[in-house]
Amino acid sequence: MITLNSVSKQYSSTVSIGPVSLEIPTGGITALVGPNGAGKSTMLTMVGRLLGIDQGSIEVSGYDVSKTNSKDLAKIVSILRQENHFVTRLTVRQLVGFGRYPHSKGRLTQADEEIISRSIDFLDLGELEARYLDELSGGQRQRAYVAMVLAQDTDTVLLDEPLNNLDMKHSVVMMQHLQRAARELNRTIVIVLHDINFAGHYADYICAMKQGKVVHFGTPAQIMQDEILSEVFETPVNVVPGPNGPLAVYY
Amino acid sequence: MTSTTLPARIKSKVLTGKLALGILAVLVLLAFSLFTGVYDIFGKDDGAMMFAVTRIPRTIALVLAGAAMAMSGLVMQLLTQNRFVEPTTTGTTEWAGLGLLTMLVFFPTATLLAKMSVAIAFAFIGTMIFFLFLQRVSLKASLTVPIVGIMLGSVVGAFSTFFALSTDKLQSMGIWLAGSFTSVIRGQYEVLWIVAIVAVAIYIVADRFTVAGLGEEIATNVGLNYRQVMLLGTALIAVATGVVTVVIGNLPFLGLIVPNIVSMVRGDDLRSNLPWVCLLGIAITTICDLVGRTIIMPFEVPVSLILGVLGAVVFIFLLLRQRKVG
Ligand SMILES: Nc1ncnc2c1ncn2[C@@H]1O[C@H](COP(=O)(O)OP(=O)(O)OP(=O)(O)O)[C@@H](O)[C@H]1O
Ligand SMILES: [Mg+2]
Repeated sequence: MITLNSVSKQYSSTVSIGPVSLEIPTGGITALVGPNGAGKSTMLTMVGRLLGIDQGSIEVSGYDVSKTNSKDLAKIVSILRQENHFVTRLTVRQLVGFGRYPHSKGRLTQADEEIISRSIDFLDLGELEARYLDELSGGQRQRAYVAMVLAQDTDTVLLDEPLNNLDMKHSVVMMQHLQRAARELNRTIVIVLHDINFAGHYADYICAMKQGKVVHFGTPAQIMQDEILSEVFETPVNVVPGPNGPLAVYY
Repeated sequence: MTSTTLPARIKSKVLTGKLALGILAVLVLLAFSLFTGVYDIFGKDDGAMMFAVTRIPRTIALVLAGAAMAMSGLVMQLLTQNRFVEPTTTGTTEWAGLGLLTMLVFFPTATLLAKMSVAIAFAFIGTMIFFLFLQRVSLKASLTVPIVGIMLGSVVGAFSTFFALSTDKLQSMGIWLAGSFTSVIRGQYEVLWIVAIVAVAIYIVADRFTVAGLGEEIATNVGLNYRQVMLLGTALIAVATGVVTVVIGNLPFLGLIVPNIVSMVRGDDLRSNLPWVCLLGIAITTICDLVGRTIIMPFEVPVSLILGVLGAVVFIFLLLRQRKVG
């Protein structure tokens, strides 16, 4: 479970996020949706302790993120940022291997290698594992980052727009895999999505943010409504019945 | 599904046939270094003595200094996430020089160890200043970083020159800092062994530096204490640079070219790269020293001069290559 108690972040005198109070239940996928600049990344990075909290407190599985040792937190929560750049030349497998760092401290055991292989296979990177990251396409690289975070094997996983750059097939495969991890391993997955229809279909809960505040939290059935979506995204949205559940049409 | 494919997927070991070949090649180079020189060590009676007093110390110094500067460059590049930094493009050597000068002026009779300690302390402070500066630059991968470093170094260097000039120490300062292995003799180079300890320390914490090289956020995500690793890295760089600057002098660009060449060929797995970085650092230093010793025999050209020329060429090559890639 993730608990936010009136959390806020003040970037400047004019830009502030929050206060947000929220409870994200254990197990299942929670989709974080909202327009650009709503504060989704800010919230997520604060939960993942990459960004300091100005006011309030955040607990993940009962641990206060600003007070718990970073080393211990690395086994509880993992986070993938929206943008990732680095100059180090690593192969896909080496990168994914760093996901095991909290457990192995760099000395990979046989068990670590197995988890790394599984994570690579889940994201369909088997053939690319010996390639350097700078020799991959944007979507392939994005999958490698997600594989690294999954190899970390934490109960709570935070992903900021992991579907960035992914084609249709790999978006669907990734969501299916995350759904399985949430159901079978009881993982708590919080994921920022821009495609509301992905959220509607794969998420167990949808959290809608706007102007730094959480404006709606509920099941997809509760959130996938004309008025709610139109208000959140500030654009007319029609929810129509589709073959696999409701679909939001906005163009 | 993984158990059958696993063995082939496990990453390669550190010690390989190629590495053994590399070691062999460097040993041959070192043998050349041992037997090159003006003094006839076989003909004269005291040849064996001269061999032990000058040739062996010089060769050991080449090994230690070459490896130390190459590794310092590597660690620095990881900590700054920038391929163009190394102790001479970040002001670290200039700070060490200023520390040395301070000792020459105020405590001329201090022991070599005391002079060195002050040089190390200055190098540490200077590198920290540079890193703090870097935190304010958002484009970490850009060329701004080494430019800022070189500027910072020039300011410190100019101050040192002025300070040396006004205290009449300019000439002795110049001799101290021009990187050269000419004056390496028994009894005066042994402190260089300190850098061997630095090398071992870097090897032990290699993974932490690689993780830090992925950036503060990914490093924090996997539970690394980023600040602590930065401090540790800076301390190790300062010790290596301080010691080498005081005993040998400046070895420009070595820390820049070696890690870049190794990374181009082998990628950036730090632990398995370290032996290669050491070997290549030693090889380049030894070759430059050999060239310096032979081109105008019986005189010597300081190794720093040759490294400077070579380094500048490689530096420009790297710049052009970077343009093409990104
Ligand atoms: N480092 C920063 N300094 C100042 N303001 C910032 C900073 N980071 C974000 N902001 C501001 O905070 C607000 C929320 O940003 P955030 O990145 O959380 O939005 P988001 O919901 O993730 O948007 P997007 O969908 O575009 O990724 C925006 O108005 C943004 O301009
Ligand atoms: Mg965002």
